[in-house]
Amino acid sequence: MEVIKSRNLVKRFGKLEAVKGVSFGVQEGEIFGFLGPNGAGKTTTINMLCTLLAPTAGEAIVNGFNVVKERDQVRRSIGLVFQEPALDDYLTAEQNLRFHAYAYSIPKAAMKLRMKELLEMLELWDRRKEKIDTYSGGMKRRLEIARGLLHHPKVLFLDEPTLGLDPQTRSRIWNHIRELRKRENLAIFMTTHYMDEAENCDRIAVIDYGEIVALDTPDKLKDAVGGDVITIKTEDNEKAVRLLKDQYNLQPNQENGAIRFTVLHGEEFLPGFVSGFPVRLISIGLHRPTLEDVFLKLTGRAIREQEADQMQHLKRRMRMRGH
Amino acid sequence: MKNFLHSMWVIAYRELLRFVQDRPRMFSSFTMPILFLIIFGAGFGKLIGQMMPGVDYLQFMYPGIVAMTVLMTSVMSGVSIVWDREFGFLKEVLVSPLNRGGILLGKATGAAGIAIMQAAIMLVIAPIVGVSLSWGTVLGLIPLIIILSISLSALGLLIGARMRSQQGFQLIMQLVIFPMMFLSGIFFPLTGAATWLEVLSKINPVTYGIDAIRQVFLGSEVAGVTIFGHTMGVVESALLVLGVGIVLLIGAIWSFNKQE
Repeated sequence: MEVIKSRNLVKRFGKLEAVKGVSFGVQEGEIFGFLGPNGAGKTTTINMLCTLLAPTAGEAIVNGFNVVKERDQVRRSIGLVFQEPALDDYLTAEQNLRFHAYAYSIPKAAMKLRMKELLEMLELWDRRKEKIDTYSGGMKRRLEIARGLLHHPKVLFLDEPTLGLDPQTRSRIWNHIRELRKRENLAIFMTTHYMDEAENCDRIAVIDYGEIVALDTPDKLKDAVGGDVITIKTEDNEKAVRLLKDQYNLQPNQENGAIRFTVLHGEEFLPGFVSGFPVRLISIGLHRPTLEDVFLKLTGRAIREQEADQMQHLKRRMRMRGH
Repeated sequence: MKNFLHSMWVIAYRELLRFVQDRPRMFSSFTMPILFLIIFGAGFGKLIGQMMPGVDYLQFMYPGIVAMTVLMTSVMSGVSIVWDREFGFLKEVLVSPLNRGGILLGKATGAAGIAIMQAAIMLVIAPIVGVSLSWGTVLGLIPLIIILSISLSALGLLIGARMRSQQGFQLIMQLVIFPMMFLSGIFFPLTGAATWLEVLSKINPVTYGIDAIRQVFLGSEVAGVTIFGHTMGVVESALLVLGVGIVLLIGAIWSFNKQE
C-alpha cells in the first residue's frame, strides 16, 4: 500500500519555481530518501506533504488523505522532525512530550506507556525531567523523534535528521531509525544531502533544481553509473582528457586536477590502460560507484561543490546583514 | 468548536507552564513596577498631592502599577509568538491538528492567566507597602484584569503574527509599549495636561483600562475619563477595552491565518 502519493506537485514562490512537478510514491514500511543539495526543493516538498505549505499545483495524498482538503486528518496521521529543533527550551523533555500528547488528544494512560517506551528506546528516559536547554544536539534530535512518534503516526518525516551532528551521534541516530522501522512498520520519508546517509534508504529520489532526476534503490542507482569509477592524475590533464574521449571512447570528467571516468570491469581494464596510456600518470585509483558518483553523473556536478557554493553564498548574505 | 476550545486550553496550558518554570521572568515581571512605584513615588508624591488634594500618591499610583504589570505581561505574551517562530516551536504547533484561531485565543487566555498571577502578587504586596485594599476591590479587579490582558495580548499577537525576527522587537517596545504606558495616566493624572497629550491619551485604549482599575480602587469620585462631555464609568470603560480587544484579536487571527 502506498502511504504517500504525489502527482506533479508544484510550488512557486513568486517567479521562483522551487518544486517543478514531482511525482513519486512511498510504500508502507519503507525508508524513502530525498537526496539533493541544499536549495533543491527538499524541504519545500516536505512542507507541502505535511500541510505547512499549500502546493501551487498538483496533488498529494498522505495516508489516504488529501493534503489540501483534509489537512487535519493528514496532520493526525504523520509525525515530523524538522531541520531545526522545534522544542520548547524552557520546558523539560517530559513536558514537551506531554504538550504534544495534549495537542494530539492522546489518552493519558496510553500516553504514559508510549512515552516510557519511546524514551527508553531512544535512551532518554533517565533525563526526562531535565530542561531542554541542558540537552546536546543529538539528544534534542532523539527527543524530537520520540515526540514525532508519540501519536503512532504511519509516516514519519525526517528533514535532514542528522544535520549538524557529529559522526558518532549520526550513526547512533541511524541505528534508532532502523530499529524503529522494524518495530513499528513505519514508513519514513527523509531528506538528506549526506551521500553516506542516503545509503540507509530503501529507495532514493535524487532531486536537483526542484526536479526528480532519478528514483531507484541505492544499488540500482549505482549500477546505472556503468561499472567502476577510475580517478587518474596525469602530467597533462588536457591531453589525457582528449585521448580518453577520442581513443578510448570514454566520458571523462575533470575536477580539482583529477580526471574521473567509468568503465566496466575496472580491475581488468587497469593493467592494459596503465602500460598503454601515452600521457605520464601521476596517480590512479579505482572504486565502486558511490551515490556521489550517481549524483555527478546525473547532474554533471558534485554535490560537495555545491555545498561550498552555498556556504559562500550564505556567508556573503550574513556579511550583508552586518553580522 | 470542540477542537477550538481544546486548542485554546492546550496552548494556554503551555503558556502558564512556561511562565511558572521561568523564575527569572516571574521575578523581573514585578520588580520593575515596584521600582517605578518607589522612584515615581519619591519624585511626584508631593506634586500630586497639590494637584489632587486629599489623594495620597501611593493610593493613586498603585492601581496604575498593577495595570502596568498587566500591560507589559500581556503585550509581551502576545509578541512571544515571534519567539516561538524563531526558536522553531511554532512549527510543532502549526503541524499539529490544533485549530489556528484556537492557538491565538489560547495565547491570549494564557496571557490573561499570567496577568492574573502577577496582579495577585502585586495585590499581596499592597498591604506591605501601605496600600489599603478590601476584598471587594480584589473581586472587582479580576474581570477587569482579564479583559485588559486579553485585549492587550491581542495587540501583541497582531504585531507578532507578521513579525519574522526579533530585531523588530526593541522597536515595538519603544514605539508601542512605552507610549501606551506613559499616555495612559499610570503615573500622573491626565486632567490638566497639555491638550495634545490629553487627546492622545483618550485615543489610547489602555487609558480606559487603567481608569476602570483605578475607579475600583479609589471610588468613582476620583477618576473617570471624560470624552465628549461624558464621564466613563467602570463598566463602560471595560466594555470599550473589550471591544477594542475583540477587533484586535480578529485582526490577529486573520493575519495569522493568511500567512501560515
